[in-house]
Amino acid sequence: MHIRIISRQDFLAGLFFTLLGALVAAGSFKYAMGTAMRMGPGYFPLTLAALLVAIGLFVLTHALTLDRANAQAVEPFALRPITLVAAGVLIFAFTVQSFGLIVATIGLVTVSGVAYQGFRWSELAILGATLSVFAVGVFSYGLSLPFQALPV
Amino acid sequence: MELLSQLSQGFAAALTFGNIAYCLVGVTLGTLIGVLPGIGPVATIAMLLPATYGLPPLSALIMLAGIYYGAQYGGSTSAILVNLPGESSSVVTCLDGHAMARQGRAGAALGIAALGSFFAGSVATLIIAVLAAPLAELALKFGPAEYFSLMVLGLVAAVVLANGSLIKAIAMIILGLLLGLVGTDVNSGVERFTFGIPELSDGFGFVVVSMGLFGIAEIIYNLEKGEKRDFFATRVGGIWPSRDDFRQSWKPVLRGTTLGSILGVLPGGGAILSSFAAYTLEKRLAEDSSRFGKGAIEGVAAPEAANNAGAQTSFIPLLTLGIPPNAVMALMVGAMMIHGIVPGPQVMTERPELFWGLIASMWIGNALLVLLNLPLIGIWIRLLKVPYRLLYPAILLFCCVGVYSVNQSALEVAFTVGFGLLGYLFIKLDCEPAPLLLGFVLGPLMEENLRRALLLARGDATVFFTRPLSLGLLVGALLLVLILVLPKVRQTREVAFQED
Repeated sequence: MHIRIISRQDFLAGLFFTLLGALVAAGSFKYAMGTAMRMGPGYFPLTLAALLVAIGLFVLTHALTLDRANAQAVEPFALRPITLVAAGVLIFAFTVQSFGLIVATIGLVTVSGVAYQGFRWSELAILGATLSVFAVGVFSYGLSLPFQALPV
Repeated sequence: MELLSQLSQGFAAALTFGNIAYCLVGVTLGTLIGVLPGIGPVATIAMLLPATYGLPPLSALIMLAGIYYGAQYGGSTSAILVNLPGESSSVVTCLDGHAMARQGRAGAALGIAALGSFFAGSVATLIIAVLAAPLAELALKFGPAEYFSLMVLGLVAAVVLANGSLIKAIAMIILGLLLGLVGTDVNSGVERFTFGIPELSDGFGFVVVSMGLFGIAEIIYNLEKGEKRDFFATRVGGIWPSRDDFRQSWKPVLRGTTLGSILGVLPGGGAILSSFAAYTLEKRLAEDSSRFGKGAIEGVAAPEAANNAGAQTSFIPLLTLGIPPNAVMALMVGAMMIHGIVPGPQVMTERPELFWGLIASMWIGNALLVLLNLPLIGIWIRLLKVPYRLLYPAILLFCCVGVYSVNQSALEVAFTVGFGLLGYLFIKLDCEPAPLLLGFVLGPLMEENLRRALLLARGDATVFFTRPLSLGLLVGALLLVLILVLPKVRQTREVAFQED
């Protein structure tokens, strides 16, 4: 017999829930279970994880067997915005402490700005400069949040 | 007349110079992010939470609340002028609002949207004031069993009313509940699922989760979709609607207000569902439903009134029961906690100036919004011309600053990126992130109340069915599930969410 995957979206979602539920369930066993009257820290997570596995399996099998007209394929992942946006934010996170808000902002804007198809370097330079001035003015001075403007 | 004295106490608290200023800041920011597509009230409130540490609690809440209902006003502007919903609650406004703009009647559409919203907002504020006291009294009778059952009802309702697949919404809630359990278990002191990372001993920060799932994920998705804008503001026309417009829209505004006020109270409801339901209702009731989608003013008036009413009445469960009905209210819980206020029925008796002040500020905020939206519409139109490629790096900067300033932790910003990628995956797998956030907030509360209820009942799980209030709530939850299984309701629900 040939089983067709009708909804790839649901299939993956179900798989995701099942695996995650199984991982959490396995993790919960590290903690004391207790009884219904005196629940240990593992009781509630294990219950939820079991539920999650059950639902995950349901979604998964549903996607395999049910014949549905609107078969949904998963759209391809857009790697460019994923990597560049993530990288930009991480650069900010790990530079702001030692290099200051100005450097971190320019780093964030430059790297994440490239994620846009058809960006222009000149525009990003102006945007980075404007936003870093704005950030120092508003966050460091205006709201007196704990940000150093310059490298320490 | 107690209500009047309470309301005047509220106005006295809200009408100080500082609080009016914060209200103005809130509604202006709300309009701003409402107008701008790609950034919603959840992300904005999450970003601003850290900035409210230093404010007095009432001012902080007034400002954050203003962002939410302000966004409902702003969302209609971009829906009408650019055919792009600035907020998800304005999706249906695009249909007829933009059609009106194409006919050169953008002004009338904007005008009726603002006036309808103002009317709805005023009515909803009154409803909150009237309903709050009796509900809070009821809530004082609640024990742990009732609270647990109430949360079950809330979560079930959130699933029923969410759009998209039901079963996946349930899975998302459970995922959220589990995420909420990360951190130190209050009963035993054991650290759960922290993997030995000290930053996780208090669990994932609320700002971290919401900013990742809603802020960063959406930016990545918007970048992938690319920019398609259909700008149509060459002729806005007169802002003040004609006599005919008023004649056609007063009834839809009334119906929208009623529907929105009811749906807003329901968990999972709020602004989005209200606007969809109101549009569907108007289309049903119309003598000639073929006009809809071609510039029927009812199609703008009703959903805009409904989404504003819904945004406002969704404060009721938060303020009286301490249970957030949607993601924005979940953030408000976070905001209240920051200031040491535990949301719930006791707020009204212990901090009346805070409670009534917030309610009074909503009316003030609505009045400010009409002023902001009608005469100043030109500014918002200009803002709409800012291209997304310049906007999103700025939004990212706000996200970074917002998360980082909570604990000065680079690791938490990295977690936010992780949640952003997770959120993007959810979009790809067609899983709604909003139920997850709700579960995340309720997770610890639910476990706590479940444990306490069972401890008091000596492990007897029937306690949830033998206490009448708790039983009533669970029966309510069961009814909701049953209703949903009925094929007819299911169809209507699918139709309602497919209007766009």
